[in-house]
Amino acid sequence: MMRYDVMVEVRLRPGIADPQGATIQRALPALGFSGIEDVSVGKAFRFTVEAASADEASARAEELAHRLLANPVIEASTVTVTAAVARATAGAERR
Amino acid sequence: MSARVGIVVYPGSNCEHDVAEAVSALGASADLVWHSETRLDAYDGVVVPGGFAHGDYLRPGAIARFSPVTVALEEFARRGGPVLGICNGFQVLTEAGLLPGALQKNRGLTFLCETVDLRVETTRSVLTQAAIPGQILHIPINHFEGNYTCSVATLRELRDQDRVILRYEANPNGSVDDIAGICNVEGNVVGLMPHPERASDPLLGSIDGRVLLEGFLAGAVVRR
Repeated sequence: MMRYDVMVEVRLRPGIADPQGATIQRALPALGFSGIEDVSVGKAFRFTVEAASADEASARAEELAHRLLANPVIEASTVTVTAAVARATAGAERR
Repeated sequence: MSARVGIVVYPGSNCEHDVAEAVSALGASADLVWHSETRLDAYDGVVVPGGFAHGDYLRPGAIARFSPVTVALEEFARRGGPVLGICNGFQVLTEAGLLPGALQKNRGLTFLCETVDLRVETTRSVLTQAAIPGQILHIPINHFEGNYTCSVATLRELRDQDRVILRYEANPNGSVDDIAGICNVEGNVVGLMPHPERASDPLLGSIDGRVLLEGFLAGAVVRR
């Protein structure tokens, strides 16, 4: 078994109002930022998953995203397996 | 015959005593039910009160959905038991899938604490059965995430099946179609953002919440 770094990004579905994103965008000119548009606010979750492969780690994170991390009524999610963690797995630790 | 009401308490709930006081004043007996409880069959009706269940971490109601009592609540509702979710309780019921849609941040990003006018749209739910369609009720709201939203298909279903039970007269939070409260297909599970228990005594400035709680208690007793 390996341990994988996973990131789940949760964002509002198209058509769902994003008052936070709109408020941040409106504040940008006052701060001197120009040319920045389409600001949206979401959430990012990082964790590690023990799995036999990156595909399995991704599948388990997808299930977690659907059941808990995102509310499918208003949010969509993207799972990214970013790296296999170098640290030893449970089996190897006992050698 | 007085109704036995169970009031669910999650870590972070904070309106349970207000609800207990209000339903007791209307002749019911009220028990607080800690969220680790796995049975609700001792009760004629169950209320999920307002507050911040599990700190509202992740999303309001998202963690509460996995509390043992919520699983018991699903069974209680499936058997036709009257279930009332108020404010955070409404958010819990949508997260648990007992009611459709979701509650997102208020349009305008402000926490709202004010008394609003609600219009009774139908008497087919356990909460509104004692009211009169078109009746205006003066009841407080107290929320940051009360902006009801759902898919176009769900909204059509809610309208076609007469499941929008209460609408705001002046939409305070951006809720789609001015929705303040809805019910399930059978009418035994209801959720609303306003707090009827805070409009249940003249000292509170309004007694308009009574007609809703009375309907709920009557529906609870009928099942005995």
